[in-house]
Order: sequence, then C-alpha cells, then structure tokens
Amino acid sequence: MILSVASGKGGTGKTTIAVNLALSLEGDHPVQFLDCDVEEPNAQFFLKPQILKRQPVFVKVPELDKERCTFCGKCSKICAYNALAVLKDDVLIFPELCHGCGGCTLLCPESALREKEWKIGILEFGHRDTIDFIHGKLDIGQAMSPPVIRALKEHRDPSRIVIIDAPPGTSCPVVESVKGSHFSLLVTEPTPFGLNDLQLAAETLRLLKIPFGVIINRADIGNSDVEDYCQMHDIPVLMTIPMDRRIASAYSEGKTIIKILPSYKTKFIDVYTKIKDLIHG
Amino acid sequence: MKQLVIISGKGGTGKTVISAAFSSLASSKVIADCDVDAANLHLLLHPEVQEAHTFSGGEKAFLHSDKCTMCGECVEVCRFEAIEATEEDTIRIDSISCEGCGVCSFICPAQAIEMRDSMSGEWFVSHTKYGPFVHAKLGIGEENSGKLVTQVRRKATEICTQNNLDYVIIDGPPGIGCPVIASLSGADMALVVTEPTLSGIHDMKRIVEVAKHFKIPTACCINKYDINCENSSRIEAWCQEHSIPLLGKIPYDEEVTRSMVQGYPMTEHAKCAASKEIQELWEKLLNVLKKENK
Repeated sequence: MILSVASGKGGTGKTTIAVNLALSLEGDHPVQFLDCDVEEPNAQFFLKPQILKRQPVFVKVPELDKERCTFCGKCSKICAYNALAVLKDDVLIFPELCHGCGGCTLLCPESALREKEWKIGILEFGHRDTIDFIHGKLDIGQAMSPPVIRALKEHRDPSRIVIIDAPPGTSCPVVESVKGSHFSLLVTEPTPFGLNDLQLAAETLRLLKIPFGVIINRADIGNSDVEDYCQMHDIPVLMTIPMDRRIASAYSEGKTIIKILPSYKTKFIDVYTKIKDLIHG
Repeated sequence: MKQLVIISGKGGTGKTVISAAFSSLASSKVIADCDVDAANLHLLLHPEVQEAHTFSGGEKAFLHSDKCTMCGECVEVCRFEAIEATEEDTIRIDSISCEGCGVCSFICPAQAIEMRDSMSGEWFVSHTKYGPFVHAKLGIGEENSGKLVTQVRRKATEICTQNNLDYVIIDGPPGIGCPVIASLSGADMALVVTEPTLSGIHDMKRIVEVAKHFKIPTACCINKYDINCENSSRIEAWCQEHSIPLLGKIPYDEEVTRSMVQGYPMTEHAKCAASKEIQELWEKLLNVLKKENK
C-alpha cells in the first residue's frame, strides 16, 4: 500500500502526520518512509534515522564538442527551455534550465553534443529501527526538484507500507510525489488559508484519480468551513487533532505526538484501518 | 523602487500574514503574490480584479491518432514517462507528466504529434484598498517553473515604476526551487520568516544559503518565538554569527488566526503584542532597505 501525505497549504502538519503514522504502524507492519519534500526535508528530525548510504542524483545535460559544431543554431531552436544559446563561434549551455530531455543531443545534425551527468541533489538511505527511511535533498541553488523526487521513488518497496511525505503546494513536485499512491491524506487546518489550499489539493488528487481523505489539525483554532466543505463533498475526515500547546512544543524539539501522548497511537492505527476500508469498500 | 521579498524555506511560518501586514503599513507600494501555486494573500486583501490574463508556460504534446502508425518511437524517446503504448494497442500521452520538450514531435516519422500551447494559469492586476495588487493562479497540477512568478514580478515592477511608488512587497512561496528563485532574483532584500522549531531552523539555514547564492541581501524575523525560547536564542546566535540582521521576534498570538478568519491584515484592527512587534519589524525593515544600495 502506498500512502501519500499532502496538504496544499504549508505548515499544516504533513510531516507530523506522516511520521506519527509510520511509528504507529511499525510494530505490526513493515514500513518504508519516503520524505519527498526534497527542497526542505524535515522528517529526519523526528524519525532520527541512522543513515547508511548516500547517493548523488544526476540529470543529463548537454556538453559541446566545439570541433564538430557548425553553430547552425538547431539545438537552440529545438530546446523548449532556453538552455542553449548559439553565438557566432560558441554555444552557451545553461544546465540549471535544462530538463534533460535529450532533444538537442539527439537532433544535432553534426553530432556535436553529448550528454554528461550534472549533480542536482542527493539521496540518503537508512533506517530507524524497522522503518526503512529514504529522503532526498535538492542542492542549494538548483531549481528543479522533480528529478530528485523521481530518483527517490525508484526505491519504493512495494512489500512494505510506503508512507510518502509530500512537499507543500499542488504543482509539479507534489504531483511527482503523490503519483502512483493508492490513497492520499490531505492535512489541513480550519482557517480560510487551509480551506483555500485544501480545495486546490483536492482538485489535484481528483485529476490524478487518487482517492483521498482529510485530517484536520489544530481543529479548534478557526471556523467550521473546512468541515462543512468536506461534508458537502463527501470527503471523509479521518482524524481531527485539537490545538495543543504540548504538541506544538514537542514538535519544536523534534519529539513525536505519540511519544508525549501515547494514546494517539491507537488513533493513527485507526486512520490506517479506515483507509483500508475506504480502498476496499 | 525597492523590491522586498518575504520567504521562509519552511511552509506555514507566517509569510502571508506578515506580507498582508506590510501591505497595510506601507504607504507607497505595489503588492505581489508570488506563491502562484497556493495563493492566499487575496483572502486578506480582497482584490477587485481589473485585468485578467491567461498564461502559457510552455507546450504539451498532442497525438493525432489517425496519423499514428504505432511505431513506438515516441515511447522510446520520452524521458518523462509521459507516453505509453496501451493494452488496446494505442499510444496515449499523459499531459500531466508531459514536460513539453517536443522531442516526440520532432522524431515522429508520421508527424502525428503536434506541440500545442498549454494554458498553465492566469494572472491578474487588481485594485485593493492597500494599493495595486498583482497575483496569479497556477493551473492544477501544472509545472511551477517560475515563469508565472516572473510574469507577476514583471508586471508589479512595471506598475511601481509607472506610478512612481516606493516599494514592491512580494509574498514568496515555500521551498527553495524554481518559483522561489524566480521570486528572489533581482530583489533588493529578502526577509526570511522562520519559527523556533528544528524544522524551521533547518529550513531557514537552507533558504538563507539560497539567498546568498543569488546575492540577495537578507534579514530574518522569528514568528511564534515564544513556542520555544531556547530555539529562538539559537536562531538569534546563528543570525549574528552569519551577519544576518534579526529584525523581529513575534510572539504566538491567537489574534493572528482571528484576523485571518475575519479576513483582514492583523495590524489593521488588532492592538496586541504580535501586531505591535510586526509594526516595529516594518520600521526596522524600512531603515535597512533605505541603507541598501544596489
């Protein structure tokens, strides 16, 4: 089972939910945790995994063989991302704009371009007790996280319950993270910002045809608009967590909810049971 | 004209609440919401849209099935897993995964694939009681390459220059990727809003590094600082060590949520500690901005 935890709005509690869910299920199930928020991976502070292996992530970018080049300009015309600029006697390449499509290299009439590997990030593999852990980190100054997320997801282990901690938002990094999930949990807060972004996230999941449910975090801070929205659209609310200064304080120190309030473990296990019912029902 | 961008690294630290407060406090400005993926600032500023434009961020591949000979070359050549040969013996292009590179179209021997402009979002120029406001909405699931962000910024600086206004206040997105870089580039100052949590500190360090990488002068403020005073001190020490001016420490305040729910910038009506601190933060920021010379 592949479960992704997303939100739309940042800071609603995705990592909190993903981590506590993983730790609650650990005793009875083999779990794999993939932190796909490769721009700002935070699950490490709560799971505190032992890192055993590091692997760089590369994308393929073009490199010029100047001797063969006739400066015809075809590569620049082909490139959809302005990653090549052809001058009178040189070709400027901007690897940070390159999407690695291979078009310029394939279509150069003089075979004057070849591809080289360009590092954009890193994957770190480890474990925390029996939980398999992998996260990705985009290199500082790099623009594109989807290739790192794709590389990370290649290591998905379908024999385990895979829990994916997705980034905030609803665009390409989130799509890349949640694609292929059997179910998605949308974590929200009962405020106008929370509702606005929940609606966007719900639309994204519908587009991707991924069934989803909602978890309302800090459930008593705002108004009932989020609950009403879920009811009106038949979106199952699988858990609500009240505002609790103890939880906020524990979070700030990298402590999990189930560590300071062990009764939450049953609630997280319940969420998983409800998800199974929803998928098979 | 000075461009101030508000960023964070971590989501949910309070960028939009603070951007709205600045929009209310500043006298001569254009406001820009560059979090085009999940825009929220409009919920506090209540814009009256004057101009709406569609935005095309690139192209997507479209298959003319009547021309297709099922040779499968496109499937081979696509690097983004956007083309598959289905069980029903047809070729299917997944427009969500398609990154618009055009290689499939170039190599198709039957010329059965056409690249079409993809409408990836909309951008707006609006009037608000706080001044002109440029904002956008990225289409669902679209690539957030930063192009739409760049469009929002371009229009905001144009309005600022044309009307001889002093500031562009930019509400930035979370993260460190394309849309953040597009929000940052060419700005006069970046204000990093952080929170005193392990995640907040880690993410703050990363975004400060990004701002440095792009040579943008940076300042910092701590939101909800009293959730963990020890961590707040750590942030203070780190900022001092790295010569980042720490311009404010805003206490956690339920008034923030109250004013958000009621839909207004919190400095407008609330006379609480958080409000006062944000006003002082704005004054200090103005001083730093005036000193910054491009």
